[in-house]
Amino acid sequence: MHNKTLTELAQALQQRQCSSVELTHYFLNRIERYNAQLNSFITVTTEVALAQAHAADQRLQSGQADRLTGIPMAHKDIFCTQGIKTSCGSKILDNFIAPYNATVVEKCQATGLVMLGKTNMDEFAMGSSNETSYYGPVKNPWDLQAVPGGSSGGSAAAVAARLTPIATGTDTGGSIRQPAALCGLTGLKPTYSLVSRYGMIAFASSLDQGGPIGLTAQDVALLLNVLAGFDTRDSTSLAHPPEDYQSHLNDSLAGIKIGLPREYFGEGLSSDIGQVLETAIKELEQAGATCHDIHLPNTALAVPAYYIIAPAECSSNLSRFDGVRFGYRCQDPSDIIDLYKRSRGEGFGAEVKRRIMIGTYALSAGYYDAYYLQAQKIRRLISQDFANAFKEVDVILGPTSPTTAFNLGEKTDDPVKMYLSDIYTIPVNLAGLPALSIPVGFIKQRPVGMQLIGNYLREAQLLNIAHQYQQRTAWHKQIPPQFT
Amino acid sequence: MAWEVVIGLEIHAQLATQSKIFSGAATAYGAPPNTQACAVDLGLPGVLPVLNEAAVKMACKFGLAVGATVATRSVFARKNYFYPDLPKGYQISQYEWPIVQTGQLKIEVDGREKIVGITRAHLEEDAGKSLHEDFHGLSGIDLNRAGTPLLEIVSEPDMRSPKEAIAYMKKLHSLVRYLEICDGNMQEGSFRCDANVSIRPLGQQQLGTRTELKNLNSFRFVERALNVEIERQIELLESGGTVKQETRLYDADKNETRSMRAKEEANDYRYFPDPDLLPLIIEPTFLEQIQTELPELPDQKKQRFMQEYGLSLYDASVLTTSRELAHYFEETVQWSESEAKLCANWIMGDLAAFLNKGNLEIEKSPVSAKQLAGLLRRISDNTISGKIAKPLFEAIWNGEGEADALIEKRGLTQVTDNEAIEKIISEILAQNPEQLQEYRSGKEKLFGFFVGQVMKASKGKANPNQVNELLKKQLTQ
Repeated sequence: MHNKTLTELAQALQQRQCSSVELTHYFLNRIERYNAQLNSFITVTTEVALAQAHAADQRLQSGQADRLTGIPMAHKDIFCTQGIKTSCGSKILDNFIAPYNATVVEKCQATGLVMLGKTNMDEFAMGSSNETSYYGPVKNPWDLQAVPGGSSGGSAAAVAARLTPIATGTDTGGSIRQPAALCGLTGLKPTYSLVSRYGMIAFASSLDQGGPIGLTAQDVALLLNVLAGFDTRDSTSLAHPPEDYQSHLNDSLAGIKIGLPREYFGEGLSSDIGQVLETAIKELEQAGATCHDIHLPNTALAVPAYYIIAPAECSSNLSRFDGVRFGYRCQDPSDIIDLYKRSRGEGFGAEVKRRIMIGTYALSAGYYDAYYLQAQKIRRLISQDFANAFKEVDVILGPTSPTTAFNLGEKTDDPVKMYLSDIYTIPVNLAGLPALSIPVGFIKQRPVGMQLIGNYLREAQLLNIAHQYQQRTAWHKQIPPQFT
Repeated sequence: MAWEVVIGLEIHAQLATQSKIFSGAATAYGAPPNTQACAVDLGLPGVLPVLNEAAVKMACKFGLAVGATVATRSVFARKNYFYPDLPKGYQISQYEWPIVQTGQLKIEVDGREKIVGITRAHLEEDAGKSLHEDFHGLSGIDLNRAGTPLLEIVSEPDMRSPKEAIAYMKKLHSLVRYLEICDGNMQEGSFRCDANVSIRPLGQQQLGTRTELKNLNSFRFVERALNVEIERQIELLESGGTVKQETRLYDADKNETRSMRAKEEANDYRYFPDPDLLPLIIEPTFLEQIQTELPELPDQKKQRFMQEYGLSLYDASVLTTSRELAHYFEETVQWSESEAKLCANWIMGDLAAFLNKGNLEIEKSPVSAKQLAGLLRRISDNTISGKIAKPLFEAIWNGEGEADALIEKRGLTQVTDNEAIEKIISEILAQNPEQLQEYRSGKEKLFGFFVGQVMKASKGKANPNQVNELLKKQLTQ
């Protein structure tokens, strides 16, 4: 059961081979059995799941079911879920029961998806290894010594270990794609604001984007059909007409031009990953695509620019966590300043504090021009790099991450080293482009991810290429041995 | 030494929208605490602002009315600071690119007109309120006001006296009410003022160091605060001291200003464009549409009143201070078919006095324009004299009936029959032979005595003009 794709599960439900309640019990049992090893869930919503499964079964019986009605899933704990703890991986929200649903959650509910629980994540989505979570690190199902990547590490680990058929994640600088890569999954970061940000707790508003993490491109396409869409509650939301992201999965790749950026295959990329990618590229060429060398000359500036813009926005976004209206408040504050200082000092973890301080500094009088404005200029240059490239090619291909999953604790003492693990994913967020990561092999039993970057709103094309690749390969079918 | 005063004002006008600037919550005043604050106003995790189009329209209206540039592209920014009644830890405002840029307002002081520059006006959200009473050593937070739309209107330092500052403020107050973009209620905080004030030796170009005065919530307080602050600055400088750039709070009870925070203590607000809101783009067609919806503005109306009704600048200015007053005046003229000047005098005289005494606005006047017109019509057609009309006005005010009914009931119809008046005159002259003798021997002052007697005998109903004319005739016989 747990090895079935969404399409197969949906079929099983529609044909009444099993009920949603049975399916839900099945995955709840797997969570019960395996989550202690992985720590991939912060909250398991057993009661809610079963109630939703019952309702889904009624819809299925009455013939009013949507494509994904009755299928269990999990939400990253960054999405607000009404009446359910929404912690964002932070102590400061450990007691926060959201009084409303995020648009993403609402849409999933409306289509009849069943919520199994809320997945672990780096605190406020700040991290690349899931080690900054107040709820402890998540383990990589392929190797419990290794990190699952971050910040959507809980979602990735849960899907990889088949504790849930699919999950949502969010991606500010690679937080969907990098854990997907490190856990051997397919993860898509859509075009900025194709998916509503309403109810998704903000890290860096101009970069944050929600999206699906699943086993296959087809699964990801199915969930994207649910998640995408204009939302009047998000002013940046794209007024893009609904698309069926499945409709182009089977298109031929003949004539597709793939760009290989020199900057993504040079220094910094481990050579064995380069070799794995080369094999994957050959596969795509055999399917009819052609490959072309391209340049993205400002790539090296992306990480420094990102680490100004994202902290600047986060320093402001996280000001609302002040102990006044919700969330953690320190014991016996002597006055309002003491309340602020200690509630925030005790409520936030080290990485979050580091970024708040960097961002506050970058926005301060006298530094704003030198840092924030400069970073915004670089951002435009990076967008321009991509725009130039897309005049020549249809998609851009490269590694998702410079390495496979690293060991727990390996980079925690060196923030810059940690930041550099997002070097290939960050430019995409700065430009607001869609990109996905798919599994293309293993190095020492740890998965390797390949990133495909598309032009604005070309999700369907990325999914087409990924699906065609997955029709020719079996990497996406591999299951971590301990969780078969 | 002669000092020149330099004043600039920052006015916060609360825009009269139904819902808040970035959420759907209602803006009505006076609801129980926190009943008009939705998830967005509370700054809950994950919520996002969506701009209220009505607020944008109102800002555009204002921009057009003061001849300003309405920016095709303006940008919302975050002003970051911590305060318990500021839910998000930042206020959404406009900083580098405000929606209204460079306008002006014409004011009138002592019969002289003057142009005051408007530097900018920008849209922003209000904060909530901290409540320090009734919580036994704790503070309460009411977020009903959080997210209420404000238009902050910043003037150039063009005013040279508290009097000019008040004139500017009153003109602006009148304008926003004309435009129906703000209810102007100062008690409820819908129209608030901060003042920047400095002094410099007369003739000096360079501006002196300014202080910013806060908490000026009535026209009277603004004037008093400015006066005491100017005095304070003059005393300081004349005794060899210097003015410190700082924010000062006006204490109305003590009639003094005191330091709130020095410049060095000012927050670094770390403004940056709000990534949750796209730049605000105003299409020319949108602006054209608003232009067509603009009402006749006070200055236009004033000009028209002078031309159409032959009113003086002063009368026209007073009668156009509010749209309602101007409307009342025009209705009165129309219904009464009387001289505009008569209508103006009654509205600015008796009616204004009664309204003042009752602390009422023209909209709440118990005497409607139609009722006043009914009275004035009877003065115009000589049914009654102006003197008789006064107690009648009071009766109408007190709801005792309409002018015509009262005239009839009280038998007040003016006597305009020459024979009847002549008869009274003859009687009076007969009754006062001594006075008649004196008059005829040259004591002409007694003419008034006879008029008075005749009027008294007619119970005030004799037409005064006719009395004069006929009396003169009889006396010279």
